[in-house]
Amino acid sequence: MAVAARAVGFGLPVAVLTAWVLTRYRFPGRPLLSALVHLPLVLPPVVTGWLLLIIFGIRGPIGSLLHDWFGIRLVFTTAGASLAAGVMAFPVMVRAIRLSLEAADPGLEQAARTLGAGRLDRLFNVTLPLASPGILVGGLVAYATCLGEFGAVITFAANIPGETQTLPLAIYTALQVPGGEAKAAELSLVSITLAVVGLLLSEWIGKRLNTALGR
Amino acid sequence: MSLAIRLRHGFPSTRLEIDFAVPSPGVTVLFGPSGAGKSTTIAVAAGLLRPDACRVEVDGQVLADTDSGVWLPPERRRVGLVFQDARLFPHMSVATNLRFGMRRAPAGPVRFDEVVELLGVRALLTRRPHTLSGGERQRVAIGRALLAQPRLLLMDEPLASLDAARKAEILPYLARLKTALRLPVIYVTHALDEASRLADSMVLIEAGRVLGCGTLPEIAARADLPLAQRDDAGALLLCQVAEHDPGRELTRLEGGGASFWVPLMDAKLRSECRIRIPAREVILASRPPDAISLHNVVPGTVRRIVAQAARRSVVVEIALPSGALLARVTPDAIIRLGLSPGGPVLALIKSTSIEVLGAE
Repeated sequence: MAVAARAVGFGLPVAVLTAWVLTRYRFPGRPLLSALVHLPLVLPPVVTGWLLLIIFGIRGPIGSLLHDWFGIRLVFTTAGASLAAGVMAFPVMVRAIRLSLEAADPGLEQAARTLGAGRLDRLFNVTLPLASPGILVGGLVAYATCLGEFGAVITFAANIPGETQTLPLAIYTALQVPGGEAKAAELSLVSITLAVVGLLLSEWIGKRLNTALGR
Repeated sequence: MSLAIRLRHGFPSTRLEIDFAVPSPGVTVLFGPSGAGKSTTIAVAAGLLRPDACRVEVDGQVLADTDSGVWLPPERRRVGLVFQDARLFPHMSVATNLRFGMRRAPAGPVRFDEVVELLGVRALLTRRPHTLSGGERQRVAIGRALLAQPRLLLMDEPLASLDAARKAEILPYLARLKTALRLPVIYVTHALDEASRLADSMVLIEAGRVLGCGTLPEIAARADLPLAQRDDAGALLLCQVAEHDPGRELTRLEGGGASFWVPLMDAKLRSECRIRIPAREVILASRPPDAISLHNVVPGTVRRIVAQAARRSVVVEIALPSGALLARVTPDAIIRLGLSPGGPVLALIKSTSIEVLGAE
């Protein structure tokens, strides 16, 4: 759960930024960026995990820098599991946020401009509040995706109980042990409860936000 | 001081060449059919649209000039814009909406309480935009633009999306603003009643060109402009209340160098008002009639006679000592009276057909 929380916590601001750039600006590399963002959605998760391993591994181009300069090791750690889960959930977040940004009325941004609001001012005081229901839904769905992440996490961060073990990994491990069905059932129940509570919560908050926005 | 806008812009299907200069402060109405280029002109003045070439100057300050490469972005122009659809921020209360521009502007002469009073929005301050009526929303939008301390206020058909009742509700507020704030205002509309009521200057735009530009009385009384083609064409005069005659239940107004009797008004002596005299209500004569109910026999000189073939009628522009009247008559009447440009004529106007537009 901590893995998922961290993944969403770090991933969401980046996702908001990416979504904003993708909706508001037309630039040469835009289709490429869009494709890159959506890649984890279509690639087999194991491949994503393996790519992460290559890039962020201790001998990888970014991983070696992090390790040599800051002494940070991502592979086989909780942070690494978060990274893997975050990358997998990233397209989900960007998609939801992008939809809500596109739905936000550009006329309101124009109005804010004529009232003296600069670019960042408009983003934080007009656009993001208007898109807040979408950002919330994106975050929650991404959280659920992270909780259920299996392939990329096991490839990149392995399956270390208490450190990089996500719920499905724990369930899978329990099933491998003779007599572990009871524990698996228990964990599955936790998983189901989390999912239902999460969905209800997002529904409720979304409704409140929309009322506040007068929709 | 003055306000000057010049712009040239090519759209895929039309070309726009607008050029006008009007006095400031004052309300300038951009008048013309939809698609004429009025809204484009507004967008350029606000900085939301960058045309092929333009120059926007307000009271000596150049906001844009393509020749010298000046282009202030909208957020640095301090040009207020009131949109047709209000565009209030839905996630903020009315008060926060009103303060949005104020918090981002340097201190200026427009005070929060003054605007709230002027627009009558005190009771709405804690409400959310979606709970307001169309007229209330538009009032808040006007207040929000004013509080940003603009050096120029643009209004893009602010009343077009409202029904007649809401419109009648807002017009007095606008008339009050006009006198309370010394500000150049550009007001876009294709409703003649709004223009007659609010305009000091008028710029007629059609098919991307300026057909005429001048004070409202000048433009309204030009028989050669498309305004005179309208069913409701009519001259407009700025008048002063000269005399009340409670016994006869009449008021005498002076304007355009002539006198007009109208039904008794509830207004102070010497106070100002506007009157509109519809062209179709004006009768022409070469001799003063006797034994007639009419009060107003106004002598003038024929300036222009413009035929309107489609209507089988003629519009006559009659010069007064300062100002002009319009009369729509039949071609036969012109022949019978022997009217020609430069000749004298009498305009007969019923007191009850003179429209007195809100005393200011």
